[in-house]
Amino acid sequence: MTTPRTDATLPPAPFAVPAAPGDDARRELLQSVVDVARAIFGAAASSVFLLDEEADELVFQAVSGEGEEFLVGRRFPAGRGIAGWVASSGEPMVVDDLSQDSSFDRSLAESTAYVPDALMAAPLISDARVLGVLEVLDPSPQARSGVRELDLLAMFARQAAAALRVLATQPAVSAARPLDGERREDALQLLGSLERLLRGTG
Amino acid sequence: MGTSGGGTVPGQGLTWSLRGRGPDDVPVPADEGPPGGLPARQATGRGVRVCVVDSGVERDHPLVGPVESSWVVVKDPASGSITVEPTVTGDTCGHGTACAGIIRRTAPDCEIHSVRVLGERFSGTGDVLMAGLRWAVEQRFDVVNLSLSTTRSRFAPELHGLADRAYFGRTVIVASAHNTPVESFPWRFASVISVGSHQEDAELHLYNPDPPVEFFGPGQNVSVPWLGGRTIRTTGNSFATPYVAGLCARVLSGHPSMTVFQLKNALYLSAANVHAGPRPSTAAGDTSDDSEN
Repeated sequence: MTTPRTDATLPPAPFAVPAAPGDDARRELLQSVVDVARAIFGAAASSVFLLDEEADELVFQAVSGEGEEFLVGRRFPAGRGIAGWVASSGEPMVVDDLSQDSSFDRSLAESTAYVPDALMAAPLISDARVLGVLEVLDPSPQARSGVRELDLLAMFARQAAAALRVLATQPAVSAARPLDGERREDALQLLGSLERLLRGTG
Repeated sequence: MGTSGGGTVPGQGLTWSLRGRGPDDVPVPADEGPPGGLPARQATGRGVRVCVVDSGVERDHPLVGPVESSWVVVKDPASGSITVEPTVTGDTCGHGTACAGIIRRTAPDCEIHSVRVLGERFSGTGDVLMAGLRWAVEQRFDVVNLSLSTTRSRFAPELHGLADRAYFGRTVIVASAHNTPVESFPWRFASVISVGSHQEDAELHLYNPDPPVEFFGPGQNVSVPWLGGRTIRTTGNSFATPYVAGLCARVLSGHPSMTVFQLKNALYLSAANVHAGPRPSTAAGDTSDDSEN
């Protein structure tokens, strides 16, 4: 399984693990993804959520714009809301006029204190597995609601997922070094996931 | 469809070929045309059962109207067993409500049923989707709207068989093409009606002369019902599909005996880009030398 661990950057103590060089590279990559996505679509904000399948949650991993200071690490149920639909279905989605909808994406809105008027979301897919979701909030009016924009976001998300996959394979280069306890636990979990995947039960 | 049901004469249950019987032994009562050759009255979907396989459908949304029944596919995380149960949870996202609203707008008098395959736990589009679709086909709904697909090829053979069973069982599966150019199912199968988006503002459908996706419907900036009784605008093949599903419901309400292949033909003939033209001067029948037969 190539899904990156989703709890590595979370501030709360139960989830915190020491930063490793790979984590820094991943953080930088994800921040770059949301910064560029926000710029492409002239948006108020952009976020990446990664899927934590065990916890059945999506986790904010990087944010550009609104919520940048406090959202990273926040979690919400993986099957809910637009991001949940995108993660579950593996399809991109574009919606507009959301601010008219008082009940829009309640769990997300409550955690972010920000309800956008328009939202675009695309899955991050690698090897037919959904790693997470890239969202763009309040893109400029010229860059929303069209099929072309949907295509562009989906293509960009694909590129981001490919980059994540490359990063996920990097630790193999330093595999000769002994692993400390928590890194070892991570590696074992990864192996377990891979085994489930190979058995077709993951 | 010929079946090997009980009580049939041995050898005559299956119609692998027609042995010892003639046309009078296999009569097919087709729908009558409108009386007096007059144009048929506007069909509204009345009497047609449509099932939305998606994230659920919000109850009491004014743009959706009555939802006749709501079901959810539940997978036990421990045992892996999958069941379909009645539910009152409505919609977990808004997507299913949007699809139901487009169907209602297109075929206002049809019956809408919902089976939720998303939102219970993160399940991806695999076995839970498969179970929901199988259940809908077993319930013999007239139309199944599936604005979803799975990229997991291991489900393809079973989905293919299910789609064929639905086709012969007169359950038409109207399935969205994926929004990105990836391989996914079941929209790729010829036994479903596959739908992608066009970019026209008008509510019309087009036949694609270059399948696999067979029809295009309005899928850009579509006004749809959403959670909380509200309305939003959205884009994607997901929303072109229920338009075509609604058209199917309308056609079936006027012609309840139609088979799925007739329905496809009706959609083909009524597509905005299909026009009867003059016969080519060298029609195939004229040029072939078939004197041997």
